[in-house]
Amino acid sequence: MQSFINSSVGRKMLVAVTGQFMILFIFVHVLGNSTVFFGGLNAYAAKLHSLPLLVWITRIIMSTVITVHVFFSIQLTLENWKSNPGSYAVSKYQRSTFASRNMIWTGALIGTFLLFHLLHFTFQVINPSFAASANMDALGRPDVTFMVISSFQHFISSIIYIAAMIALALHLFHGIQSSFQTLGINNERSMPFITKSGSVASVILFLGYIAIPVIILLGLLKGQ
Amino acid sequence: MILDGKSPSGPLAEKWDRRRQELKLVNPANKRKYKIIVVGTGLAGASAAATLGELGYNIEAFCYQDSPRRGHSIAAQGGINAAKNYPNDGDSIYRLFYDTIKSGDFRSREANVYRLAQVSNNIIDQCVAQGVPFARDYAGYLDNRSFGGAQVSRTFYARGQTGQQLLLGAYSALSRQIRAGTVKLYPRSEMLDIVIVNNEAKGIIVRDLVTGRIESFAGDAVCLCTGGFANVFYLSTNAMGSNVTAAYRAYKKGAYFANPCYTQIHPTCIPVSGDHQSKLTLMSESLRNDGRVWVPLKKGDTRAVKDIPENERDYYLERKYPSFGNLAPRDISSRSAKEVCDEGRGIGASGRGVYLDFADSIQRLGEDTIRERYGNLFEMYERITGENAYRQPMRIYPAPHYTMGGLWVDYNLQSNIPGLFVLGEANFSDHGANRLGASALMQGLADGYFIIPYTIADYLARTEPGNITTEHEEFGHSREKIASLTDKLLSIKGDKTVTRFHYELGRIMWDYVGMSRSEKGLNTALEKIPALRAEFWKNVRVTGQGHELNQELEKAGRVADFLEFGELMARDALERNESCGGHFREEYQSLDGEATRDDQNFSHVAAWEYKGADNAPEMHKEPLEFENVELAVRSYK
Amino acid sequence: MNLTLYVWKQKSKDQPGELVQYDARNVSPDMSFLEMLDVVNEGLIRENNEPIAFDHDCREGICGTCSQVINGIPHGPQERTTVCQLHMRNFKDGDTIYIEPWRAKAFPVIKDLIVDRSAFESIIQSGGYVSVHTGGVPDANAIPIPKEDADISMDAAECIGCGACVAACPNGSAMLFTAAKITNLAMLPQGKVEAKKRVCMMTEEMLNQGFGNCSNHYECQAACPKGIKVSFIAKLNREFTKAVNIFSEPGE
Ligand SMILES: Cc1cc2nc3c(=O)[nH]c(=O)nc-3n(C[C@H](O)[C@H](O)[C@H](O)COP(=O)(O)OP(=O)(O)OC[C@H]3O[C@@H](n4cnc5c(N)ncnc54)[C@H](O)[C@@H]3O)c2cc1C
Ligand code: HEM
Ligand code: HEM
Ligand code: SF4
Ligand code: F3S
Ligand code: FES
Repeated sequence: MQSFINSSVGRKMLVAVTGQFMILFIFVHVLGNSTVFFGGLNAYAAKLHSLPLLVWITRIIMSTVITVHVFFSIQLTLENWKSNPGSYAVSKYQRSTFASRNMIWTGALIGTFLLFHLLHFTFQVINPSFAASANMDALGRPDVTFMVISSFQHFISSIIYIAAMIALALHLFHGIQSSFQTLGINNERSMPFITKSGSVASVILFLGYIAIPVIILLGLLKGQ
Repeated sequence: MILDGKSPSGPLAEKWDRRRQELKLVNPANKRKYKIIVVGTGLAGASAAATLGELGYNIEAFCYQDSPRRGHSIAAQGGINAAKNYPNDGDSIYRLFYDTIKSGDFRSREANVYRLAQVSNNIIDQCVAQGVPFARDYAGYLDNRSFGGAQVSRTFYARGQTGQQLLLGAYSALSRQIRAGTVKLYPRSEMLDIVIVNNEAKGIIVRDLVTGRIESFAGDAVCLCTGGFANVFYLSTNAMGSNVTAAYRAYKKGAYFANPCYTQIHPTCIPVSGDHQSKLTLMSESLRNDGRVWVPLKKGDTRAVKDIPENERDYYLERKYPSFGNLAPRDISSRSAKEVCDEGRGIGASGRGVYLDFADSIQRLGEDTIRERYGNLFEMYERITGENAYRQPMRIYPAPHYTMGGLWVDYNLQSNIPGLFVLGEANFSDHGANRLGASALMQGLADGYFIIPYTIADYLARTEPGNITTEHEEFGHSREKIASLTDKLLSIKGDKTVTRFHYELGRIMWDYVGMSRSEKGLNTALEKIPALRAEFWKNVRVTGQGHELNQELEKAGRVADFLEFGELMARDALERNESCGGHFREEYQSLDGEATRDDQNFSHVAAWEYKGADNAPEMHKEPLEFENVELAVRSYK
Repeated sequence: MNLTLYVWKQKSKDQPGELVQYDARNVSPDMSFLEMLDVVNEGLIRENNEPIAFDHDCREGICGTCSQVINGIPHGPQERTTVCQLHMRNFKDGDTIYIEPWRAKAFPVIKDLIVDRSAFESIIQSGGYVSVHTGGVPDANAIPIPKEDADISMDAAECIGCGACVAACPNGSAMLFTAAKITNLAMLPQGKVEAKKRVCMMTEEMLNQGFGNCSNHYECQAACPKGIKVSFIAKLNREFTKAVNIFSEPGE
């Protein structure tokens, strides 16, 4: 294990595995969030919170995963910067992408967003007046739907989310196929397919996530 | 003086075993006390250094490139011979031996050639065990191809990159020893002199090509594995850095230079495109399997290919050598190309080229088959010439390629200076007057993996390890001499560049000591070369300093040696009043233009001894005795 | 044709370098790129200036010595072609060409366009071999090797160790080179015996030598003159997984 954590490939694999865990999470999360369109978000949230064990296990796993991901990805990136002693007078990229070259920045944006997002919807300290914990719905459940819709009716909040989703989409545009390559679970034949699927998935996730603020901002989903 | 090649006695097939019995051994515990200097890390040098290191000797290896794996052996395309007889088509050690002797026009030492054929099989085993990815058939067994001058398929290959793969194999073995600490590597180091103490080789003088420092290295024996000297022609298929310097400076210290006039001109190279040309590119000989060689029947015919009807084309190889046709041996194909061009029937702007036409094969086999067989070669051809050889014939012309001559060595690969061993293309030993295709790689590896490890022990066992150090005055003398040579080159500050001199020397060599030679031409060369050399020492311009990375200075030293060596080649060619293999003297040919050997008078090795700058060298002969083969007229008709 | 060149000049390792402008006149389209530089150098020498130092040897695209970044692309614009095989018909009259050395921390510049690539040798020395002694090996045909495996091994073995992959990689990573060496041996039964140790040692040495990590930019494949594929990097990664698999018994 020692050698794994010191090795170039080993650490990269940890980033990839944790990345894939997070992808799994955000897939589930976008599905959960989409219940807002059918008025089921409050029920979904209540159901989740009735399973504290599941919630806490997920939280512990996810915090570890994020920590590992962030720690090693920053460490690797710093090493990479050191290995490249400045750029060419003319630089010309042939195969790398904007997304691949800016993983650390899109990652940093996602990280910042995550802090904001947790303060916003989990600790609910950003707009205390919308807090679900302070507003119950007719069935006496925390009114998550109200919180979400009210928040996104604010232009600034929505823009922050949409911007973060752009960063996320870029991160995944490179990240998904990259993680398969890193873990070696691809080959020459499957690689184009994986790359394409990765791009498609990142676009779908992007659309899935921004749909909520966009639809609310457009006034198509108003709540009560 | 009559030289003795020291071949073992007894039946041919037992000679090597017998010699191995006779050779002394070095006690395993003592091996690490001996230091062996290996100069050159191509196939011969890398395999020798790796194997000697494995045995426990203390090795120091040198090369001028930044890595051993860039040695010129890397460029070999076609393949490596071995008498495995895997295709069961009648090959045997004896047949490989015979083909090699015959191809060398009976100008090589029987015992050496037989040993080469014997160990050829071990080479393939060794390389496969190292992880060399030779071509295989669908059953997973090794594949063979046939090569010019042979009627059996005995050539092992790794795509068009056989030399590369073999060298990477030898280099990996070397790397293992470097890690184990038995071999210390000095890349970007050029050997500029050999140090002889009491008539034994005890060290070398090296210029560190990065810092420019002149340094001494002492050892108990020295192996020169520094490759061939075809660059004396300026344009050749060799790497830009290939040189005669190491061998020539050993010659100047007393080592004999054998058969310098034996050079091989490869028939299928891309023709010269202009004055800027810096080197020539070989197109693998395998192309002749499917390409037909022709020129227009009429002189000065400048029509486009499609406008020349079939009956106005001269497929001269098929015409002259019906049984071998386009696969005639290298020297014969090359000379025939020169002949038709001399007649004014050459093609291309310079008139120095012939067509290699795939149209028939493409029609017969389809473009895909041709692409599969030679795709990478066609690509390379297009990269260089901008022409698509699927649509129009390739243009080819012969180019200097390989040098059979080299430092004289006995059966043990030891030169006439005890402790100085010479391996690979740098020695003269196995190929006679003409080398069989795919046999150079074989020889380099045979020398390095399987011969030197035995024979060097015999010398070492008779010497006291480490008795000479770099403190010895001979090292001081050598260093001073080299330093003053460097100073001299830098101080001339004339107005002609080194490359220009090399270019002019190359013209002289190609015109008079090239594919065909005559007494008159050789005498002209013997006048022109000294004149050019004199001009060099008056008028060369070498920029920069000695104590820094200075590529002009490196070139200048090499060209200075070529300017002396060219003369030795011409002299040897002039002395050899016969035509044999790669050496064709216009005076000695049959009525239909075939080479005529003179076994009566020239069945010997000519080994030249340096006699000082102002004296002619002295020739020593090693008579060649053939106990097992009959000297036949080499006919490929 | 006539060209304007901006060439990196640097006296030695510790001195700073800069781009210097040169003119290349009467360049023939049949010249190789290095021949064009030869002609420029001849002119410089005649004017008593220092010629441009650059590495080269075989000029056939096989030794891997030549190493120049041309207009931002290692080995220049033509795909799968080394600088020495790049011909001037790929350029137009009046073009401006920027010529720079490989840039990577592990490849310090020695002079002008010449860099020190010995870090590659260290990677090989750390395990890029089969530990076999000379002699005493089985017959070459004793172990059949499936043609597909031998072909893949050969695909990887085509690497000429030029370092363009490092020069192209935004991370200065030697992953493509290392992966090519690993795959070459990992595909063969002879190489399998030491495969686990090899992949660990070589990737570790890569890091020790100051190369970066791979983050799958794939620039290396685009620059590689031999078309070495990034799928070999995935192969290396798989080999690594096998090597560090804590659940596997020795011998598996
Ligand atoms: C284009 C081409 C294709 C060929 N194809 C084939 C083929 O298909 N089959 C075949 O059998 N043969 C082929 N040959 C011939 C064969 O490649 C060579 O004869 C053989 O590789 C020579 O090996 P070597 O080890 O003797 O020398 P080289 O590989 O030339 O190595 C010479 C070594 O000496 C070093 N050196 C030289 N001078 C000095 C110095 N002064 N100081 C320090 N170091 C020095 C160099 O650095 C290098 O390491 C081909 C040759 C060419 C040119
Ligand atoms: C929280 C802040 C984050 C930071 C700072 C961050 C940073 C990075 C960086 C720098 C890389 C490239 C590492 C390398 O290749 O060397 C990377 C890769 C990756 N990230 Fe993130 N990331 C973050 C969040 C996320 C999230 C939320 C996800 C998924 C939803 C994710 C998924 C991935 C994936 C899949 C990869 C590809 C791994 C690979 O190339 O093998 N990351 N991350
Ligand atoms: C428009 C987009 C999004 C919406 C509407 C949204 C909505 C929510 C809501 C409502 C919660 C609180 C759930 C609860 O506590 O009951 C939540 C929690 C969370 N969200 Fe999001 N989210 C969005 C995007 C994201 C993204 C892109 C990520 C990750 C990169 C993310 C990560 C999280 C995390 C980690 C939690 C905390 C889960 C927990 O409490 O354990 N969210 N989100
Ligand atoms: S992988 Fe390609 S670019 Fe890298 S060293 Fe090998 S041949 Fe050069
Ligand atoms: S460009 Fe660099 S990041 Fe990896 S895929 Fe190639 S080594
Ligand atoms: S000089 Fe050998 S590859 Fe370019």
